[in-house]
Amino acid sequence: MKISVIKELLGAEVVCGEDQLDREVYSACGSDMMSDVLAYVKDQAVLLTGLVNPQVVRTAEMMDMVCIVFVRSKSPTAEMVALAREHGMVLLKTTKRMYEACGKLYANGLVGNGVAR
Amino acid sequence: MSETVRLYFDVDGEDFTSAGQASVQVKKSLRQLGIPPEIIRKVSIAMYEGEINMVIHAGGGKAEVLICEDCIEIRLRDQGPGIANIEQAMQEGFSTAPDAIRSLGFGAGMGLPNMKRYTDEMKIESEPGKGTDITMRVYL
Ligand SMILES: Nc1ncnc2c1ncn2[C@@H]1O[C@H](COP(=O)(O)OP(=O)(O)OP(=O)(O)O)[C@@H](O)[C@H]1O
Ligand SMILES: [Mg+2]
Repeated sequence: MKISVIKELLGAEVVCGEDQLDREVYSACGSDMMSDVLAYVKDQAVLLTGLVNPQVVRTAEMMDMVCIVFVRSKSPTAEMVALAREHGMVLLKTTKRMYEACGKLYANGLVGNGVAR
Repeated sequence: MSETVRLYFDVDGEDFTSAGQASVQVKKSLRQLGIPPEIIRKVSIAMYEGEINMVIHAGGGKAEVLICEDCIEIRLRDQGPGIANIEQAMQEGFSTAPDAIRSLGFGAGMGLPNMKRYTDEMKIESEPGKGTDITMRVYL
């Protein structure tokens, strides 16, 4: 799925990374616990989260993720946007809640598999 | 083991927002050195977990990364409260993190087991009241 399709499906706003919207991604995960993202995520390229702090971007960078979707209208800080830009990452923001945002993407073919064990 | 590159960082324990900066820097350096991506992944995750631990449990510390011919070694040293029962701390789900840390997205008790899982060797030395030394190796 192209990141631009994620944007459409979630009615999301692009915070940064407009030039990366053509990138293809195949799986995603949703979590507010970065501990769990670090422990369970394998190759998911997209992170949906309601958590806002710089460790969200750093955690995604450590996991080689390419796109973060902030749910429940959470806005990343200027520091987070700067970090994401540095890593060439796309940040999206949607008014949808976690359950609905994940469900929409899953139903449209963005899988969630890749649990590390 | 002939040492080729050595990276050194002071990890600030005062400011949670900066936690993880050293690991981001290491990842960048490993990329520039042309280290294979799957090795970079392992080193980055293990070091990031260890770095976050130093910030949330030990008030900061020092991190050193040695890139040698046959392995990458990560050394984390702090002068925090130490770990009284290492075996217990290594269990998945064991955490002494306060709620304030959990609301920042950490404190599930997954870090140490994850560090073990992503590295080929891991040694923890800790003395209550003195601090904690962790050495991890990922073979190249
Ligand atoms: N550097 C350290 N100094 C003192 N105690 C530590 C240190 N690192 C870990 N610990 C202790 O070991 C426990 C388990 O650590 P671990 O990294 O597995 O989990 P956590 O940090 O609590 O949560 P998570 O890593 O999932 O965010 C911690 O809760 C803490 O009590
Ligand atoms: Mg931890």
